[in-house]
Amino acid sequence: MSERKIWLLFLSLVFVVVLAACGGNNEPADADTNNNDAGTNNTSDKTNNEADESSGENSEGDYSLAEDQTLIFARGGDSVSLDYASVTDGESSRVTEQIYESLLKFDEDSFEIGPGLAEEWEVFDDGLRFVFQLREGVTFHDGTDFNAEAVKINFERWADPDHEYHFADEGYTYSVYGTQFGGFKGDDGHVIEEINVLGEHEIEFVLNESLGAFLQNMGMSYFSITSPAAFEEHGSAINENPVGTGPFKFVSWSKDDSIVLEKNEDYWQEGYPKLDGVIFQVIPDNSARLTALRSGEIDIMDGLNPDDVEQIESDPGLAIFERETNNIGYLGFNLDKEPFDNADLRRALNHAIDKETLITVLYAGLAEPAKNIIPPSYMGYNDSIDPYAYDPDLARELLDEAGFGDGLEFDLWTMPVARPYMPDPERAAEVMQANLADVGVTANIVSMEWATYLERTEQGEHDIFMLGWSGTNGDPDYFFGNLLHSDAIPGGNRSFYGNDEVDSLLNQAKNSVDEDERAELYREVQEIVHEDAPMIPLVHSIPVLAGSERVKNYVPHLSTSEPLTNVELAE
Amino acid sequence: MISYTIRRLLMLIPVLIGMSLITFSIIHLIPGNPAQTILGEQATPQAIEQLEEQLGLNQPYFVQYGNYMMGLLQGDLGTSLRTKASISSEIWPYLAATIELTIFAMVFAVIVGVNAGIISAWKQNSLFDYTSMLIALIGVSMPIFWLGLLEQWIFAQNLGWLPAFGRGNPRDPVETVTNFYLLDSIINGRPDQLWTSFKHLILPGVALGTIPMAIIARMTRSSMLEVLRSDYIRTVEAKGSHTLSVVYRHGFKNAVIPVLTVVGLQTGTLLGGAILTETIFSWPGVGRYVYEAIGNRDYPVIQSGIIVIATIFVFINLIVDLLYTYIDPRIKY
Repeated sequence: MSERKIWLLFLSLVFVVVLAACGGNNEPADADTNNNDAGTNNTSDKTNNEADESSGENSEGDYSLAEDQTLIFARGGDSVSLDYASVTDGESSRVTEQIYESLLKFDEDSFEIGPGLAEEWEVFDDGLRFVFQLREGVTFHDGTDFNAEAVKINFERWADPDHEYHFADEGYTYSVYGTQFGGFKGDDGHVIEEINVLGEHEIEFVLNESLGAFLQNMGMSYFSITSPAAFEEHGSAINENPVGTGPFKFVSWSKDDSIVLEKNEDYWQEGYPKLDGVIFQVIPDNSARLTALRSGEIDIMDGLNPDDVEQIESDPGLAIFERETNNIGYLGFNLDKEPFDNADLRRALNHAIDKETLITVLYAGLAEPAKNIIPPSYMGYNDSIDPYAYDPDLARELLDEAGFGDGLEFDLWTMPVARPYMPDPERAAEVMQANLADVGVTANIVSMEWATYLERTEQGEHDIFMLGWSGTNGDPDYFFGNLLHSDAIPGGNRSFYGNDEVDSLLNQAKNSVDEDERAELYREVQEIVHEDAPMIPLVHSIPVLAGSERVKNYVPHLSTSEPLTNVELAE
Repeated sequence: MISYTIRRLLMLIPVLIGMSLITFSIIHLIPGNPAQTILGEQATPQAIEQLEEQLGLNQPYFVQYGNYMMGLLQGDLGTSLRTKASISSEIWPYLAATIELTIFAMVFAVIVGVNAGIISAWKQNSLFDYTSMLIALIGVSMPIFWLGLLEQWIFAQNLGWLPAFGRGNPRDPVETVTNFYLLDSIINGRPDQLWTSFKHLILPGVALGTIPMAIIARMTRSSMLEVLRSDYIRTVEAKGSHTLSVVYRHGFKNAVIPVLTVVGLQTGTLLGGAILTETIFSWPGVGRYVYEAIGNRDYPVIQSGIIVIATIFVFINLIVDLLYTYIDPRIKY
């Protein structure tokens, strides 16, 4: 090979690496959620024990079932791992939600918890002790029995770095466990003191400090139960050989292509699942995915461009599925930096941003303007808060009063990647830049690579920044504790907001197990935060999916992943 | 000849060492933190720190490089930071997908390109010549992603003739043996799957093969024009040989060397550079594998992916160089 060719090869490789580096994180912004608005044949009472109808007819009878009951669900990226607890991406939990189940289960369209693998549960000692009665007669896909011992092994596996199934040497970490339960075995904040097997189907969790979100956590897909026999058999290869109790069994995984699941014939819920199988197909390009949907090659697609919604709605063969909103996109101030330590200035700027225009221009209307940082459906949402109205004249006046009548200049840090709560950050920044210019404020748009952006905002190098937060377990503490508590500095609290009163209210709410008390405390927090205005809450976005009209009973869940137990395909 | 081959193979060693050193330096110079990327934007700083330590990312660069090279010398391509899978076993399906697509694209490019080039040269300044060279010009400058989307829109969405994505029917997956789907269908005795896999190759293959086809057509044409003007062709023609056979048998054989060079270089480029086609047609190939690894800062995957691609590139060039001697006995090493 001549020198020139080597040189050429080298140059092209350098080019590829540099190009990709500039592109930053290429994750598509479609870790989404949606909500079946069309009202298609949703039986609100999806009773678990409903007898299976012998004919091929569905329960409502106004459509006949297709012969091929295999659903193809297309998405932008592949799952990272099928060991749910060791990863955080939505593409992984979307699949593991079909294979695995947790002790409790969220309602079809809310974060209300109900029985899952545990039929009943009781709380003792002011939330320091929880006893779960487990469902009997449930078997894992490998034929072994589900019992209390299996639950204990799973939880100890995550908590204990020395556990034989922790797989620390293979690079496994369980960050969600650490976040939700205050760390790991031996850490100061770790709340689970011991787990006791009281009987074959009875298990007790003893905490050393009460945790308001404990039961919510038990419904998360991250804390599902894997067959202990599968750990024994597959070891750290459990991430490619999932064995659970869920409605679908794992068949095969061809990386960056498809994951094939088949019906679990022995599923404990009589007559379910309805589908014979599910295929999760990766189609990275948004337009190509839409083409595949329109040509009938796939049944549901995630990651729809908001601009394409109209096109889908006008097609009688296709349907839009909306997910209830579960996130917040915000513009945060750095309170550690002058002049943003001035609350009058922050309140003034709150009046300068036109959220409605943002929603029309960037979200195609699929978002709600935000006034609090938690989504409206959450426990403790304070609806009596009077939002800062968009009013440039008032903003100018308040700026003048705050001593910034001669103008103000700062850097507006703009996210380099699209996220569910912010589908087009660059355009959003331009809209807000124009809003700010209207009130005599100069905002210079600054952007950088994603991981760098996160690192530098965490260290407080910014003036004003764009970011957001998505819920996981439906508990308000996951938002407040991470975004506004001074313990989350450095960390999620990139506004560097520290208010002792808020901190103590949040601590109280975090440790209480009385729902009403918690809700009241959070409402109080929202009032203080509204007054302090450490950030401008922008929007709660509504992620959408598109699908064929043939897909029935599909209800997207807020958490971005939902079991397809009730779904069926019509002719 | 044998000593030449051995010499060339030995040259591979410094090339690969240089390659690994350069890629290693570049990817560690890119801003970004794999631990942060793996855990996501909502991770706590403690979790990130812990993962960095676990993955050995807080060690000095030369230690990390040394560890990597030690593994590589033992034939271990490392472990993906993200999926925790061994790269040696993970990379093959991706590579096979890309090789299959590349071969298909190059077969298409060579058959169409060479013939168009020869006929254009033979009928120089004819309508055919002008048309095919215009098409070639468009082909060279056509953005692949646009061509791909256009193909999908016409042949998948509107006509419904060909599938828009993937390598086979997801409802009836090919049982993999070699991971070359055409070959696997034959091994499994499934003519229906052979046909399906072939249909899946057409759109991405044509999209990927268009640029090389255009380059080959232009190269063939200019190379042929030179040959057709030479004395011996005139002699052959004077002897009364049929024109087309003169062009193909006597002409092309002498014009083939530069064409072969282009084919070799293009094949190498396609192996690593099919990212766009692979993305649009959801083709699980090695280009996408490495590209996504860059986005995730999955260092071992980037390094090993590039080293594997580079090795194949070097081998293709070696094969092309050896083919010269076979085609033209005047060339000796």
